[in-house]
Amino acid sequence: MAFIKSEIRSGVYYDSVVLMKLQRSLSEQPGVLDAGVVMGTDANKDVLEQSNLLIDEVKGAGANDLIIVVKGENEASAQTAIAKVDELVAARKSGNVDQEYRSKSLESAANRLPASQWVLISVPGRYAADVTRQALGLNKHVFLYSDNVPLKDEIALKQEAARKGLLVMGPDCGTAIVNGIGLGFANKIRRGPIGLVAASGTGLQQVSVRIHQMGGGLTHAFGTGGRDLSEDVNASTARQALDLLSRDPDTKVIVLVSKPPSPKVADELIEAARLVGKPVVVNFIGYSTAMRKMDNVTFVTTFDETAELAVQLSKAVNHKDLMSDLNLERFSSGQRYLRGLFSGGTLAYEAQLILKDYLPAVYSNAPLKKELRLADSLVSKEHTLIDLGEDEFTVGRLHPMMDNDLRIRRLEKEAGDPRVAVILLDVVLGFGAHADPASELAPAIAKARKTAEDGGRYLEVVAVVSGTDEDPQEMTSQIQMLEDAGAIVETSNDVAARYVGRLLRSIGEKDLSATEHPMVSVNLSTFKQPLAAINVGLDSFTESLVAQGAEVIHVDWRPAAGGNEKLMAILERMKSK
Amino acid sequence: MDIEKANTEATQRMMEARPIATTLAKAIDVVPGIHENMLLHAGPPVTWERMSGPMKGAMMGALIFEGKAKNGEEAEKMLASGKIEFSPCHEHMCTGPMAGVISPSMLVYVVENQTHGIKCFSNPNEGRGKVLRMGAYSPEVIEKLRWMESTLGPTIKAALEAIGGIDVRAIISKALHMGDDGHNRLDAASVLWTAQLAPYIAKTAKDSATAFETIKFLGENALSILNPVMAGCKSMTFAGHNIEGSTIVTIMARNGTDFGIKVSGLGDQWFTAQSPIVKALYFPGFTEADACRDIGDSVITETAGIGGFAMATAPALVTFIGGVPKDAINTTLDMYEITYTEHKHFTIPFLDFRGTPTGIDIRKVVEKQITPRVNTGVAHKDPGVGQVGAGVVSAPMGVFEDALVAFADKYGF
Repeated sequence: MAFIKSEIRSGVYYDSVVLMKLQRSLSEQPGVLDAGVVMGTDANKDVLEQSNLLIDEVKGAGANDLIIVVKGENEASAQTAIAKVDELVAARKSGNVDQEYRSKSLESAANRLPASQWVLISVPGRYAADVTRQALGLNKHVFLYSDNVPLKDEIALKQEAARKGLLVMGPDCGTAIVNGIGLGFANKIRRGPIGLVAASGTGLQQVSVRIHQMGGGLTHAFGTGGRDLSEDVNASTARQALDLLSRDPDTKVIVLVSKPPSPKVADELIEAARLVGKPVVVNFIGYSTAMRKMDNVTFVTTFDETAELAVQLSKAVNHKDLMSDLNLERFSSGQRYLRGLFSGGTLAYEAQLILKDYLPAVYSNAPLKKELRLADSLVSKEHTLIDLGEDEFTVGRLHPMMDNDLRIRRLEKEAGDPRVAVILLDVVLGFGAHADPASELAPAIAKARKTAEDGGRYLEVVAVVSGTDEDPQEMTSQIQMLEDAGAIVETSNDVAARYVGRLLRSIGEKDLSATEHPMVSVNLSTFKQPLAAINVGLDSFTESLVAQGAEVIHVDWRPAAGGNEKLMAILERMKSK
Repeated sequence: MDIEKANTEATQRMMEARPIATTLAKAIDVVPGIHENMLLHAGPPVTWERMSGPMKGAMMGALIFEGKAKNGEEAEKMLASGKIEFSPCHEHMCTGPMAGVISPSMLVYVVENQTHGIKCFSNPNEGRGKVLRMGAYSPEVIEKLRWMESTLGPTIKAALEAIGGIDVRAIISKALHMGDDGHNRLDAASVLWTAQLAPYIAKTAKDSATAFETIKFLGENALSILNPVMAGCKSMTFAGHNIEGSTIVTIMARNGTDFGIKVSGLGDQWFTAQSPIVKALYFPGFTEADACRDIGDSVITETAGIGGFAMATAPALVTFIGGVPKDAINTTLDMYEITYTEHKHFTIPFLDFRGTPTGIDIRKVVEKQITPRVNTGVAHKDPGVGQVGAGVVSAPMGVFEDALVAFADKYGF
């Protein structure tokens, strides 16, 4: 038989909804048929009466009294339930208060975390391109884990990213490390001076762990997705990543790793690598080359060798020749040519031989082959290297090793040519040579540089000083004078010529890229800030970012319009119009 | 056509609207299109046959109040006969809570959007308990309506006119900072409303007993400002209606049978679907089995950017859904996903005074499959019983999908 149990608590106040909640909890207790929890106002007592809960015990309660009435199947169940009131009120408060809000869209996540530079995408492949497009629209770099993204979408997305100076790593990119934070699958690698670009997920992981084990460390490791080095995609992401690492002052050594690439794309990428001004270690599986080393680029074949060489190079101190930043922006747009003014015939010849690797044609009065002979030795053409020791110049005057007059006049003339970017000259010391060549050449160099500067240009003057510290001219003071005049001084003809070659070739490439490839450089500063990301897809990516201390917002992603094709198509058309 | 431009215009107009409650008047004298044999009701159009219990009850009560019927039986016969025309409040610049029945001789608030010169109307609130809007029509209900007509209405009217009108938008703005959501929880707003009226009631009422009764009634009713707020919201969203190319929702309304919306760029077309059941906490003795499907025009508040959309300002409300305060924040954050902009005047302290999510965009609703969240009361499904609980409900997705398809048809997408 039903049994009603009641309790009155005076002087307590609960919001009415709290009481309703409590009442519901009481009703859900085993053996409870009905329950009422109300403040004892007349209106509320009427309500209890309607439910046959207004027993005599509670009729006297006033507006400031809390009435609790429980109707149970029997006395015990009513009693048990009413004894639980405090517990039920308390239970409310231990709810999951800290449950973080989960954004429902990329757009709102970006609003909540405006500092985010990255979007991680791991949604099903057929939706991935769309989400990537949204991310690029929000000016975020993309880590695209999803696979089964159509090739044409990959090409379009990477082109769009390149136009905006953004990276799309992937599709099918499993791993990357940005600023010490692993994205996707990544090992914990110490920070260090090596930068990695890989079109191979496990390749990236293997090389990075070996680097760590060998005591080295990484700035960044960029994945590109397995198809990046195919002819269709044309290494779009790899080029951007290479360029980025070349400009990153913390990256001293760059490593390129790829699954078997398209030979044509591999060649082009290596050409680009030769311009970065830093040592580059290349491990393209199945790519064969006759040379083991090409300027700053070294080829290796195993992951171990890759890591070992990278670590070794990163620890080497003297990379002066390779490390120096080319600072191409110093030159104005019309400047592109070399003028070499040599006194030593064989030095001039060797310089031409070396420059052949870098420049399409160097004209001379003493050329490597006859097509490159200057029509008039007094008039330079494009890249020109003059041997002023040739007979035509020494008729009636001293050899230029002893008499600087002719060279100085030619130097002045070349400095006035707005197309000239670099002057290369030799200074031969020793017995028999001019007693103090720098005393004449240094002021001339300073004057030439001033001439260019007055014309709004920058003139790089590179001098090869050939001598010893025991020569009568005092080599160190000679070098000092030339350097004070603003010249770059080298004591090796080879090093000087290679530097000049790289510099001029880069200037040419810069001109070319400005016209042919509308690629906007990725902004380096976003890679210096602590990584903040939005994760769309796999929960575990959010968890691992949180574990690494990165700021991250997870998006509870669902396909647009619940996957309804017709509605999706309408929404798409509305967006594109 | 530029959807973004159209939506910017629609939402700007909604936010710039400044509704002022100026007076009260008989519906027949001010409400456009109403006539002696017409009853207005909440939600989209509905026939007597399909009409929900509480709306039927309210219609019956209204006929008794109008003196057209002596009792429920007589009223029911008359309503079923076809002699009385039913029309949605929204088609007459009105809004009514719950059943939302407004009859020709009832007094209505006149709330004027002075920015755009738009007048909207709503009847005075009857308080809690057995009331017409919940479908109750017993003699005590009719008695209260008569008292409101003879005493309450004229007293408030005199006071409003003496004040020169009360700025409804300003009250909402303040109340959101005092724990209200502007729809289901209007405790603060009602106090502010009463506080502004009280001195003028004291001054203009015909005697102190009338002043006492009126102020007491207003002060005890935590929903006394609900109806002017609804008319105010209607005057805001209507300002954003009929903007060519806009995908912003300007009406949401339910009649206990259907849930309907209108979209700014789609003119007068209703898009309807079955009205949902409210997830609610029930009064003692009632359960979900007793509940009428979602009903009322009060969801105009969500349409204007408050109510469920401003849930983060009213964490106390989460207990309706058995939640924790964080849920209130999350509800508002969810609504940002489907709205076009953030309100200039309605802000949320907890979210660094971010504006409330404003201007429901059908594109976003469909794309993200998130429908507007509404805070609401629940009426008993049978006529004559009244309110049985309160809770939250989500609008049905179908109406937004249908509207999107219609939009694509109309504008050639």
